[in-house]
Amino acid sequence: MNEVLLDVKDVIVDYPLKGLGKHPFRALKGVSIEILAGETVGLVGESGSGKTTLGRAVLGLASVTGGSILYKGKDISRLGRRQRRALASEIQVVFQDPYTSLNPSLTIEQILAEPLTVRNVPARDASKRVADLLDQVGLPGSAADRLPREFSGGQRQRIAIARALALQPRLIVCDEPVSALDLSTQARVLDLFRDIQDRTGVAYLFVSHDLSVVRHLSHRVAVMYHGEIVEWGDGDQVTSEPVHPYTQRLLMASPVPDPVRQAQRRADRFRLLELQREQDVQAGVA
Amino acid sequence: MTEALSPGAPAAALRTARIPLFHRLLKTPVGLAALSFLALLVLAAILAPVLSPADPNLASLQDVSARPGPAHVLGADSAGRDVFSRLLFSSRFSLAGALVTLLVAAAIGVTGGLIAGYYGKWFDAISSWLTNLLMALPGIIVLLAARAVLGPSMWLSMAIFGVLLSPAFFRLVYAAVTAVRNELYVDAARVSGLSDSRIIGRHILTVVRAPVIIQASMVAGIAVAIQAGLEFLGLGDMTIPTWGSMLNDGFANIYKAPLLTLWPSLAIGLTCVALTLLANTMRDVLERSSSPKRRRTKAAAPAPVKREAVVRHAESERTSATLGEELLVMKELSVGYTQPDGSVKSVVNDVSLTVRRGEVHGLIGESGSGKTQTAWSILRLLPEGGRVTSGSILFEGKDLAHASEPDMTRIRGRKIAYIPQEPMSNLDASFTIGSQLVEPMRVCLGLSKREAKDRALALLGRVGIPNPQRTFAAYPHEVSGGMAQRVLIAGAVSCNPDLLIADEPTTALDVTVQAEVLDLLRTLQSEMNMGVVLVTHNFGVVADLCDRVSVMRDGRIVETGPVKSIFAHPEHPYTRTLFDAILEDGDARGALNPVPAAVAKETPSE
Repeated sequence: MNEVLLDVKDVIVDYPLKGLGKHPFRALKGVSIEILAGETVGLVGESGSGKTTLGRAVLGLASVTGGSILYKGKDISRLGRRQRRALASEIQVVFQDPYTSLNPSLTIEQILAEPLTVRNVPARDASKRVADLLDQVGLPGSAADRLPREFSGGQRQRIAIARALALQPRLIVCDEPVSALDLSTQARVLDLFRDIQDRTGVAYLFVSHDLSVVRHLSHRVAVMYHGEIVEWGDGDQVTSEPVHPYTQRLLMASPVPDPVRQAQRRADRFRLLELQREQDVQAGVA
Repeated sequence: MTEALSPGAPAAALRTARIPLFHRLLKTPVGLAALSFLALLVLAAILAPVLSPADPNLASLQDVSARPGPAHVLGADSAGRDVFSRLLFSSRFSLAGALVTLLVAAAIGVTGGLIAGYYGKWFDAISSWLTNLLMALPGIIVLLAARAVLGPSMWLSMAIFGVLLSPAFFRLVYAAVTAVRNELYVDAARVSGLSDSRIIGRHILTVVRAPVIIQASMVAGIAVAIQAGLEFLGLGDMTIPTWGSMLNDGFANIYKAPLLTLWPSLAIGLTCVALTLLANTMRDVLERSSSPKRRRTKAAAPAPVKREAVVRHAESERTSATLGEELLVMKELSVGYTQPDGSVKSVVNDVSLTVRRGEVHGLIGESGSGKTQTAWSILRLLPEGGRVTSGSILFEGKDLAHASEPDMTRIRGRKIAYIPQEPMSNLDASFTIGSQLVEPMRVCLGLSKREAKDRALALLGRVGIPNPQRTFAAYPHEVSGGMAQRVLIAGAVSCNPDLLIADEPTTALDVTVQAEVLDLLRTLQSEMNMGVVLVTHNFGVVADLCDRVSVMRDGRIVETGPVKSIFAHPEHPYTRTLFDAILEDGDARGALNPVPAAVAKETPSE
């Protein structure tokens, strides 16, 4: 069995609210999750569930109030800026919005070479590596001296993936990387993620609101609701036969692209909601 | 498979943006003139010792107020000093004084703004407080006080004035930095292991560079004027010649030698004008091209699609038997946008579709396929420059493509209603939800205030809002996105429309909320027997709600027919590609390695 790469234990994240005497907003209420080397863990939830915050906590972009984040056995939840920088070659990120995650005034070559030159890679080697990275994500070498705005959303997301791969990390946090893309582009970018994982053995923490996307890519899936993980386990099981009432509601709410089966699912959903309502009432009485 | 790289046109436009600012400035007549004047001035100031015919401070009793002539090109002043030489040396000291102000102001303002904007916290609080203090100080009084304490030194006064002007840079840089600090590319740079100084230098300074240069030009102009003012008042150092002190001397002798005021006034005036014009031109040049704002351009122009026949599926029994009369008949509609060069860029081509009463017609396609443009053209709400170029939209026997604006106003909202994609941005934040619902009903249905309010409350209850009274009195920011969309649906159906245009009504919502909103749309539609045009990119939504669907691509309908038939037998290759991209029915990834069942079935430890 693969080693545990990332071990998140009871992590709490508070966001301070503006104004004196206001209690901070607790975005994560003690979340635990683990990722093995080479594994994809899907993180599903609706807006405000805390899934993005968990990703940012792992990346060191959100400050952790409680709990620990162990990376290869070492706590990385409260690192100083210098120590955090050293982790750049281990943990990387692909963000949701391909329009704002690339600096509009830098060329693709400058964007991709940046993490390399910081590590004193000679210019010639960096340039070679950029060509190699572009090739890995299926873009032509001629893309190097263009600006981000010359590319479509799908192509930009490929560039963002190439940037994440530049330092050959062991873990990539993917924050809704395909939700801004068109259907057919989305499928191709997801294939690219799988392909890269097969080739390099990188692990993904894959954050998404879409159960079907997560199902397609994840070995294990965690479902978040109001800052907590309500269900966590095997990807197939969680996305097809969920146990927790919220995951059941989530699954039933996503429409099936087939009119006949969608009519069936709609009826199932009403039945489920009715059942859960009765259970709630009984629980309230008892 | 890779998406094609964008060809020619946009790339060419970008090349111009990468030409250095300086070169582009020289191409504008005003920029060229201002820059040449300033260059000449600087050159004259530097070469003053070489160019000037006499010592600027050499007084000669014979030449007091001498007229221009061979001995003195521009005459001599009240102490008999050569005006031309003094003018040259004055440029030196005046410009250097302005430069001191500029450097001090920029150094304090830009550094402070960068640090306060990037790190925030206590430094932000303190520096903002200091800036406010500086701006509240009366500049001239501070300068007078400083002179009284520290003695007459032009350099010192100008440096102090620089401190007083630093808020101009601070505020500008601070605003720009706070705007980009939370951009994802800055986060990405941090994750890439860049140090803070490098992030500031590379990602943040580039954003503030242009506005700082423009501001510098403005501040230099102000500094020149203020410096002249101080010297004119006699507050400067009398031992060095400046434009201000020359003006002072000329003013004292304005009746004897009026020309003495002309030369320094010209120098001050022209320099200030040149600096201001330069700032304006730079702003124009910079803002016309590579603005750092995000711009969502469509990357590739749609490849010219050859006219191909629309794949039409046969009518099913349900659609033809149970549905009402034809409500909307769109025939070979084309929509185009007039380009700056006068040509028309077509975004919708020969689209024909029919919506019957009680029918939900889905328009599905990827971004840029023209589905939203088609929907907007029905309401004639195309953005600036867009218009129906050919074809017709028949609604109740009237051609909406050519109806007059008053006619359209009567139809919009009453006969044809609209539900937008972004519920929040379609409610006015400064009015309560209630007033936004009541107003259209009073206009469209002629109801009294009381009746309209009752109806609004009933509608809010009807669309599933738990506490209508409270939502009625609430402002838009006080309700969630799902609630806001319900409010808009209530507003859309408030005047009993025959046709509803829903533009991606659930795209911005969470899945569980989407399901509820779709339920609501379905029941309202059948209750009120409306025709609906539903624009979406989600096949699940189509399967849930639509009776009929048209698949759009590059502004054309490629396949149309009853939903069941299209989902069962997609015929057009593009429709099939889209269906193949759907993940819903795909296999799960499965476990990473064959792991013991006990580990795989791990459940939350609660």
